[in-house]
Amino acid sequence: MTLTADIALTLGTLDLRVDIEVAPGELLALLGPNGAGKSTVLRCLAGLAPLREGSVVIDGEVVDDPAADVFVEPEHRQVGVVFQNYLLFDHMSVLENVAFGLRARRTPRADARRIAYDWLDRVGLAEYAGQRPRVLSGGQAQRAALARALATNPRLLLLDEPLAALDAGTRGAVRRDLRQHLATFDGMRVLVTHDPVDAYALADRVAILDAGRLVQVGTFAEVTAHPRSRYVADLVGVNLVSGVVADGALMTPGGATVVIADALPGPAFAVIRPTSITIDRHSPVGSSVRNTWPGVVADVDRLGDRVRVGIDGALPLTAEITVAALESLALRPGDNVVAAVKATDIECYPA
Amino acid sequence: MTRARPRGRRVGLPVPVLVLACVAIVFFALPLVGLLWRTPWADAWTYLADDDVLTALRLSLVCSLWATALSLVFGVPLAWLLARVEFAGRGIVRALCTLSMVLPPVVGGVALFAALGRRGLVGEYLDRWFGITLPFTTAGVVVAQTFVAMPFLVITVESALRQLDTRFDDASRTLGATRWYTFRRVTLPAIRPALVAGAVLSWARALGEFGATITFAGNFPGTTQTMPLAVYLSLETNTDEAIVLALVLITISFAVLIGLRDHWFGRPDRLQGTATA
Repeated sequence: MTLTADIALTLGTLDLRVDIEVAPGELLALLGPNGAGKSTVLRCLAGLAPLREGSVVIDGEVVDDPAADVFVEPEHRQVGVVFQNYLLFDHMSVLENVAFGLRARRTPRADARRIAYDWLDRVGLAEYAGQRPRVLSGGQAQRAALARALATNPRLLLLDEPLAALDAGTRGAVRRDLRQHLATFDGMRVLVTHDPVDAYALADRVAILDAGRLVQVGTFAEVTAHPRSRYVADLVGVNLVSGVVADGALMTPGGATVVIADALPGPAFAVIRPTSITIDRHSPVGSSVRNTWPGVVADVDRLGDRVRVGIDGALPLTAEITVAALESLALRPGDNVVAAVKATDIECYPA
Repeated sequence: MTRARPRGRRVGLPVPVLVLACVAIVFFALPLVGLLWRTPWADAWTYLADDDVLTALRLSLVCSLWATALSLVFGVPLAWLLARVEFAGRGIVRALCTLSMVLPPVVGGVALFAALGRRGLVGEYLDRWFGITLPFTTAGVVVAQTFVAMPFLVITVESALRQLDTRFDDASRTLGATRWYTFRRVTLPAIRPALVAGAVLSWARALGEFGATITFAGNFPGTTQTMPLAVYLSLETNTDEAIVLALVLITISFAVLIGLRDHWFGRPDRLQGTATA
């Protein structure tokens, strides 16, 4: 009862190469910026987009493998999908929507309607059984779509941005609901989202997808503790520096040197927290600080009583200082400054 | 001082547009009024009860309904092909299949004759091998009407299919529906307004068909003389009868258009996409 997918596909400008594995009962979130290829991965798993290379294996059954000339049509994959915007059929009642998959699989009408009604009851929509989907609110439509997908008893459940269509006010409550309903389904689940909160709240593991490549896979805590992509670093709000470690320092491709406390030689990432960075007008003299980088103030962003200062230079950084510090330094965009960080404040790990 | 608020209904109506639109309405209404004015109401029933007229009327209805049915059976798959399948020369195929809309119907009739006539490209073999003769038969009337009427259905349905979100088909497939089941249970119901509109348009076109019919099927009372042909014929002998017959045709078409417009065309909730956001 596992899903393994080794996906290679080119679609327009998107070159997708993704290798994912989902364990029985696990919920994997595919998280990444818009256009990263997340939804395309789902389409590959569901059989709506054939692979160019690689394979998709569900419960030991190969459902797509171009090299072996195997392609199982979507209707025979037993994969349930909750689509973005839910895509309920508006020419049928809510009950007929949920019964649709069963009817398509030749379940007798009475049985299909009974099972569909049970599902509607389970997601709290029994009273809407005879209504058209257009009367449902966003959250209700999402539950109806979930019931419709689960009524066919899928081996794998795919959810494409299930919360993106909702307004901010209801999203929290719907997310809690969704977590509860997802917990009752013990099969494999893959969730696509661009919202880290969804991934954090719903997923067992997170796979970060950026520009068609998987950059990081792990639990949410693991992924955010050691960012390996600009996307995750921005998510967590830290500066990510990649380079090669040699002689106790990390050299960046941009030509900057980052002195670090201890690290193994070789390609590595360094994380510099914005709060660890101090900003001076001039290089500190007689200081214990090992790292000083000259730069130019690019932008100044006030966030409450703190200020985020973007600094351009050989090593672009974001520093976080207090409003008082900003005022005493009188910083403006275009000013020359020196950013300084203690070597012991920098976390470094192999790439 | 506050100016009087303009009344809601009058807001934003540009006068020249309004005037031109009214001229257009008068242009369409005037012939109808003229016809009503000239109608010999006293003798109307006598003309209508005439056996030849009733035969022509029945033939018109039967043939136009057959033509509509054939347009649906072949036109919907054609529309689907043109809307959903990308193939080389699609534009040429579309032009070919809608050519009869812009062709003078008489030209269409001549072309049908060349293809399906007893000496025609295919007609010769239809006659020799299967004993099927189309020209100058009731079946020939249906063929001629279908030829000019089907494009109206095809373009209406094709445009609806293009506007339909194909992800509904995807959703159906992942729920276990085959392509054929999806087509019947998801695609067709979703474009039902366009299907009805297209069928009505092609039916109206078939009912009024004259040129292709008289060229390909001739003008034989009882087998190929439909109402438009009867109107034209009686115009040469008895103008009053022609006017009564014309009025019958207009009444039927007008009633159908009005009845269906309220039911199918004007309801915005039926025409909108079905995405639930």
